[in-house]
Amino acid sequence: MELLGHLADGFATSLSPINLFIVLLGVTAGLFIGAMPGLGSVNGVAIVLPLTFIVPPSSAIILLAAIYYGAMYGGAISSILLGIPGASTAVATTFDGRPMAQQGKAGLALIAAATASFVGGTISVILFTLFASPLADVALAFGPPEEFALVLLAFTTFVGLGGDDVLKTIIMICLGLALSTVGLDLISGQPRLIFFDQPGFYSGISFLVLAIGTYGVGEILYTIETSKSSPTVTPAKITFKELKYGFKEMNKLWKTMSFGSIMGFFVGMLPAAGATPAALMAYGLAKLTSKNGDNFGKGAIEGVAAPETANNAASTGSLLPMLTLGIPGSPTTALLLGGMVMWGLVPGPLLFIEQPDFVWGLISSLYTANLAAVLVNLALIPVFVWALRMPFTVLCAIVLILCLVGGYAPSQKLHDVWLIIGFGVGGYLLRKADYPMAPLVLALVLGPLMEKSFRQTLISEQGNVMAFIERPLSGTFIALSVIFFLLPLLNSLRRLARSKTTADNPAE
Amino acid sequence: MTYKITRRIAIAAAATVGLLTAAPVTAQDWTPERPVEMVIMAGTGGGADRLARLFQSIIQKENLSTMPILPVNKGGGSGAEALRYLADNEGENHLIMATLNSYYTTPLRTDIGVNIEEFTPIARMALDTFVLWVNADSDIETLDDYVAAVQASGGSWKMGGTGTGQEDSLVTAMLENEFGISVTYVPFSGGGDVARNLVGGHIDSSVNNPSEALGFYQAGELRPIAAFTPERISAFPDTPTMGELGHDLVYWMQRSFVAPKDMAPEAVAYYTAMFENLSQSEEWQTYTAEKALMADFLTGEELQAYFLEERAKHADLLESMGEGS
Repeated sequence: MELLGHLADGFATSLSPINLFIVLLGVTAGLFIGAMPGLGSVNGVAIVLPLTFIVPPSSAIILLAAIYYGAMYGGAISSILLGIPGASTAVATTFDGRPMAQQGKAGLALIAAATASFVGGTISVILFTLFASPLADVALAFGPPEEFALVLLAFTTFVGLGGDDVLKTIIMICLGLALSTVGLDLISGQPRLIFFDQPGFYSGISFLVLAIGTYGVGEILYTIETSKSSPTVTPAKITFKELKYGFKEMNKLWKTMSFGSIMGFFVGMLPAAGATPAALMAYGLAKLTSKNGDNFGKGAIEGVAAPETANNAASTGSLLPMLTLGIPGSPTTALLLGGMVMWGLVPGPLLFIEQPDFVWGLISSLYTANLAAVLVNLALIPVFVWALRMPFTVLCAIVLILCLVGGYAPSQKLHDVWLIIGFGVGGYLLRKADYPMAPLVLALVLGPLMEKSFRQTLISEQGNVMAFIERPLSGTFIALSVIFFLLPLLNSLRRLARSKTTADNPAE
Repeated sequence: MTYKITRRIAIAAAATVGLLTAAPVTAQDWTPERPVEMVIMAGTGGGADRLARLFQSIIQKENLSTMPILPVNKGGGSGAEALRYLADNEGENHLIMATLNSYYTTPLRTDIGVNIEEFTPIARMALDTFVLWVNADSDIETLDDYVAAVQASGGSWKMGGTGTGQEDSLVTAMLENEFGISVTYVPFSGGGDVARNLVGGHIDSSVNNPSEALGFYQAGELRPIAAFTPERISAFPDTPTMGELGHDLVYWMQRSFVAPKDMAPEAVAYYTAMFENLSQSEEWQTYTAEKALMADFLTGEELQAYFLEERAKHADLLESMGEGS
């Protein structure tokens, strides 16, 4: 019951009028920052961090948590409306969110995303409250072999359950992995794949550049072609009735959302993994378990709910290693960690014992921030949907500008803008040939982690590959990966064998 | 409170005096027009990262800069990413970089087209220390135990550290040479990651900076074996130095700030004054005492001379390891 006492103290702080105002301000700002392609929670938190010196640390952390959550909600908005994932965590949301918007169900998709985010956030905060201290040990059990096995599992989930052409998915993963090696080698520091001696390639290719290029510019080119220059308007409306209908639909998805939340929380908690593989695996799992599995990728509401619960749950989960081990699981938590150092707090195993006020103040502010975020988000859905009613000829110009500005802003290098245009054209051509974009983008995000953990394991085990299988945790992940990988292969082999026998028989 | 205010006035006064004497260019000629980027040559959670973020916080709290300082991690390739970034931003006045010893070693080991002689030195804030750590669950209590355990492992002893050719690997090489032992060196992207993997039992020992392992040490998860310092570190009074144990092993990590080539002299003066004020702040002085850092402020030409001297030393060190290029 000590727990409840701490939590009550925390709420006493986070529910004061000034802090409530801060929460509302934070989530609204976060929502818009997250909705802009190119800007994410990292930018939001970075911009606001210096402001936090004006207010006491407890209010400051509430502001940061509010922005963090607001941006997580906002990420889904550009995925659904524009088809451009604003952050790698929102890539899986495009799979079904975008088709829903194209079918005129943008409002429903946004309601689904907001509700799912809320459920994911709430379940994960409850898990956090109950198990924060013991779970820190789980994070410690994760060494390089486990990290590698987890990323492998994320990729094979994709191959096995993605539904796209398996061979094309694998080709795109390989292309993404190749792109992820551009720049300086993590382990030896040697430059690799520096094309045309351009210095810009030394820092590698960022996720944003590739995502904005392939999803943003590529999508615009593709839509221009398919709409044949006739100014199309995406039908979009939102009424109170639709809101009620949306909630009713979401009510049926309890199973999907609970799975997504728990999975998201645990994957997010693992150091270095974070919300991207979590969202992906939740999508795969939802597709596997849903009766409606064939509809995934064509605008299934579960396909929006699953990744959105998982990525919000993971963003809570990633706070855990930051607080208990001082290891930030994502760039945003790294900034939060910086904030904590500023306020004179030492993250580590003793933080929960020595600074209970801060820790429980943070946890309680996660509850309030989450609630505020869902309310603000739902209230603003009509505004977002309204944007879609612009004729495509107008919208496409605006999106193109957003893409180029969003790509330039973080690094302020023209190099990245050229890359975006290059990836846009490349992405457009690949899309015409029916190659999926998501595996490419995700391989770029997860590639460096995969390579690093693979090499670290081989170095420390003197080149013994069996190390991946011998350890119980990583062995389990590898086994699951093999199953997922073989699933579609077996299916297509069977199909191939069948068609071959029918085709071969007449010849013989 | 009054103390704090008087101290602020004192600092402001000191700063003004400093500025007046720093003629002909005074920092007042130039102030940043937009937020200043503070590039960190290492990943998040490590010693360099924590320190850079601490600097940022003190600057912000004490109002030492008119514009916010934004830390950005560019830890890839043992800091090569950050060095390259600095080289590509010649003449930029809104960019400073927090360095560590990979400032010399990375360009020595890899041809990344960077010559540190061209960069503008700003200020050296401190020299950081190294300690040999093992997991508190292990039986190793003394340096002798440690050496015996490594020998018994027959080369499969896992020593974790930052990138190959970076500080941790140099200290490891010094250990190997001194004791005639051989370990398997496993590189990680940051000191925080190393500490976590040591606590989790994925590696057998580390040479983390004290600040990186302190949280775990206080929680009783890690055990210090010996310090690579001339004198005992005040935060670990019971940990002997390598020198006490009869081994002449001392290694420091410099914590400095540099700027791109051709930064405007007015801007250089501005940042130098900023760090000078920082080095006198109460927070910094408490921190250095608590975290076993040696505050040793140095600027301008003297700092550049120090950098070049250290670069030469590290070139020899790398050569002896067979690592030089």
